Amino acid sequence: MEEDIIIRARGVNFFYGSFKALSDITIDFARNKVTALIGPSGCGKSTLLRLFNRMNDLIDGARVEGEILFEGESIYAPEIDPVQIRQQIGMVFQKPNPFPKSIFDNITFAPKLAGIRDRDSLEALVEESLKQAVLWDEVKDILGKSAMTLSGGQQQRLCIARALAMKPEVLLMDEPTSALDPISTAKIEELIDELKKHYTIIIVTHNMQQAARVSEFTGFFYIGKLIEFGKTEKIFTTPDVKQTEDYITGRFG
Amino acid sequence: MNREKQADMNPGITANKTMININKARYLRQTLFFGLVLLAAFTITLTLLGIVAFLFFNGFRAISWDFLTLAPTDAMTKGGIMPAIVGTLYLTFGAIAVALPLGVASAIYLTEYAKQGVFIRIIRIGVNCLAGVPSVVFGLFGLGFFVVFLRFGSSILAGSLTLGILILPTIIGATEEALKAVPQTFREAALALGVSKWSAIAKIVLPSAVPGIMTGSILGIGRAAGETAPIMFTAAAFYTAALPKSIFDEVMALPYHIYVLATAGVNIEQTRPLQYGTALTLIALVLGIDLVAIVIRGIIRKKKRW
Repeated sequence: MEEDIIIRARGVNFFYGSFKALSDITIDFARNKVTALIGPSGCGKSTLLRLFNRMNDLIDGARVEGEILFEGESIYAPEIDPVQIRQQIGMVFQKPNPFPKSIFDNITFAPKLAGIRDRDSLEALVEESLKQAVLWDEVKDILGKSAMTLSGGQQQRLCIARALAMKPEVLLMDEPTSALDPISTAKIEELIDELKKHYTIIIVTHNMQQAARVSEFTGFFYIGKLIEFGKTEKIFTTPDVKQTEDYITGRFG
Repeated sequence: MNREKQADMNPGITANKTMININKARYLRQTLFFGLVLLAAFTITLTLLGIVAFLFFNGFRAISWDFLTLAPTDAMTKGGIMPAIVGTLYLTFGAIAVALPLGVASAIYLTEYAKQGVFIRIIRIGVNCLAGVPSVVFGLFGLGFFVVFLRFGSSILAGSLTLGILILPTIIGATEEALKAVPQTFREAALALGVSKWSAIAKIVLPSAVPGIMTGSILGIGRAAGETAPIMFTAAAFYTAALPKSIFDEVMALPYHIYVLATAGVNIEQTRPLQYGTALTLIALVLGIDLVAIVIRGIIRKKKRW
């Protein structure tokens, strides 16, 4: 069975200065599926995630080798503008990080800079994004209020709405629920299930139940290497590699 | 059983006593240090209040509507200080107009764009040295460069530029601190949305840093309004009743007026009340500007809290 692949990584190495954080990663991400990246702290899963929207560019002394293709095009090609990549590949961070602006302005911030000026379109965009992030009903009457007044879980859904407002094709999620309570976590997981109809989602998580619940594919990382990758069901029931099994059953990590 | 219990409890009791002693010593030490820091804080506040009270009691009798709205008369032994108030306002806002854009731009470059290295270290050392240069040196530089070389003459323009350079390190320092205090997550969040680095700085980072930048400006305003040496050769007139018509005119200024009355006036003793009155006006002016800025800063802080 040949999946429709949206992002391909081929033989990717990544260095922080002289420290090799990722070695020889080859992995494919299927369109409109949820792929989970799991592994113990420091295994390189977040580093890999940040390669896909070139966020590692911001780190001094960072270096990438190998090839990462998005829709068949190398995102590290010299003619590629990282700003363009980040418009197509959105990101949600570990801690909710809304801007100290109103809820409305949080969502319209990037679209406005991308050229949407018309008030009606912006209002429609805000409503659409908030509805997609299942936050609309809670905030529709307080759009002018500061985003900082929302709860942690609401802030995180606002950050998701903010990312969706740019209409990306891929959504990268870096431990999006690790700072949230169980109820907010459940809401975000439901949301992920809904979002995968329209978006490709790559999620880094420390929570193995979460990976099992939300993802179709899972990659297990250990000390900078991709140990095993496959259908989530298989990884969690009959993994091929002993290390994977040990991690999943909680023997280490 | 009973004896065993007692034996168990005894060491406990002695331990408790030692604990109480340790706690007592700790409590005393804490009280002592708390007292010391309180004393330090009080000393500073009292000194400031002392200066203001001294000026107030010596100067308030000189203050009147005429004093604030008329030009000096009778060889500056009578009349008011209005031209000096206006001159100081022009020079102060001129200095801020010069230093704020330049200082904020430099700070943005230093904190957001420049790669750390030797070059940046040199710039930073330069900025710090600039902060330590005596103000009379700025005055001489202003005279040589703005007044003579650029032919601005002794003027508001030359004085504002000189004062602007003087307060530049203050503005740069405060802006750098303010920019560094903006959480890195704001930058990441903006960049991850696919906006350019400049947009992220201009629309997210800089607005969040505005309160800190205003603090720097408040300090700068106080410094610029109060300095005498830098404007002595570059802007300040000994006496002119006329208000400036352009930025190329000389002006009177409050600090220089105090200096003149106190050292070179016709009758130094007779004008003593005028000197105190002028000093009081200068302090009130600076505090007034600061107060407005602090209120605005408070409003912005409330809106930009994170």
